[in-house]
Formats: sequence, structure tokens, C-alpha cells
Amino acid sequence: MPTSIEREEARSLVDAGAQLVDVLPREEFEELHLAGALSVPLRELDELARSELDPERAVVTYCNDHY
Amino acid sequence: MSARAAWRLETIGFGQVYRYVGGKQDWLLARLPVEGRDAGVQRAFDVARRDVPVCRLREPVTDVGRRVADEGWPLAVVVNDVDVVLGRLRPRALAEHPDAIADEIMVPGPRTVRGARPASEMAAWLDERNVLGVLVTDVDGVLVGYVRREDV
Repeated sequence: MPTSIEREEARSLVDAGAQLVDVLPREEFEELHLAGALSVPLRELDELARSELDPERAVVTYCNDHY
Repeated sequence: MSARAAWRLETIGFGQVYRYVGGKQDWLLARLPVEGRDAGVQRAFDVARRDVPVCRLREPVTDVGRRVADEGWPLAVVVNDVDVVLGRLRPRALAEHPDAIADEIMVPGPRTVRGARPASEMAAWLDERNVLGVLVTDVDGVLVGYVRREDV
């Protein structure tokens, strides 16, 4: 079961080498994303996860919250 | 969306999957580094006035009422012990009830916007609603400040 985390834990995990993954559509990623994040849109996740991500390393996913 | 992605990643064999619940909004509000076309965009929290008068729910409004009158603020904000916005105090109510407790005269549930909203959208947002300003909060409803029409 994926673990829900808050900001500080996300930062710690990324500092320790976790892959930070933006799952929003690519257009939104190009507009704005967290520094160092990779773009893996939800709709392309199956394909990109296998080619772009390392399953042996931790992954932190995020999206957006509305204004 | 991030929850579904996290679940899917586990399903296809990723062993350590986390979901950053606050996401982009929370990151922006903490002013942490971002990248992309809009990375340098000014946001509501950049233009919000942090010195808006504030009063706790169970406090007398005497002092905050004086500040509102002396400094010409259109409101004072009522917050709880962790600074979550609960209501607003109108200048007229403050003048008429200078010794009241905030809870007795506040208007509950004021309109707010999230701090990460681009400042460039704020003028149109305020004009459409015919209001002179709006309170800005973080994703948890904690007060950030007050954006005035003349500041955007």
C-alpha cells in the first residue's frame, strides 16, 4: 500500500535518492513542477514507469491541489 | 491522481512508493524550488498584506477594532489557535460593539483564495466578484494575508 507523506518527508526521501514523479499531464508539468521532478503523466504511466523509473529505488508521486 | 499513480506503480512492481499528499500547492506555499515556464510568476502570497488585523475567536475585539479604525482596514480576521480562518469582523460591527468577543459579532466563513494562485489573476477575480480584497490561506486554511485590489 502506498504511504501518504507530507512535505518534509517528501524532501527527505528525495534528498536520500528517491525519484520525484509528477503525474500531471505534460503540459502542466512544463508550466510548473517541483525542482528535479520527472514527468510521468498518469495516462502514460505504465509505459514510462518501465522505461524512465528504477523499480529498485523509492518513488514519490505528486499532483496538484486546486486553488 | 497521485494516489492512483502510486497504486499503479506498486501493482507493476515498484516496492517503495510514497504519495506526497500536499503536492504542488503545498510545495509552492512553502516557497520551495520549482521549475518550468511559470516558475517566476508572482503569486497571491507574494502580494498579500501580512499585517491584516487578526483576532482570536474568544478574544475581545477592543484592540483589533481600534486598529481597523485607525488604519482604515476593511476587515479584521478571526482565526483559531492554529491560525485557521474562521470569520471576519466588519468595521461597523467593531465600532458598534467595541467590547464584544469576536465570536459574538463575526461573519463566519469568509471567502478565501489559496496563496499559490497567480497574482496576475487576482485583479480580474476581485473585479468579477465586486470586492475590494480577499483573504489568502494555505492548503489547510491557515491565514497567509490579505490581498487588496490596489495591490494587484
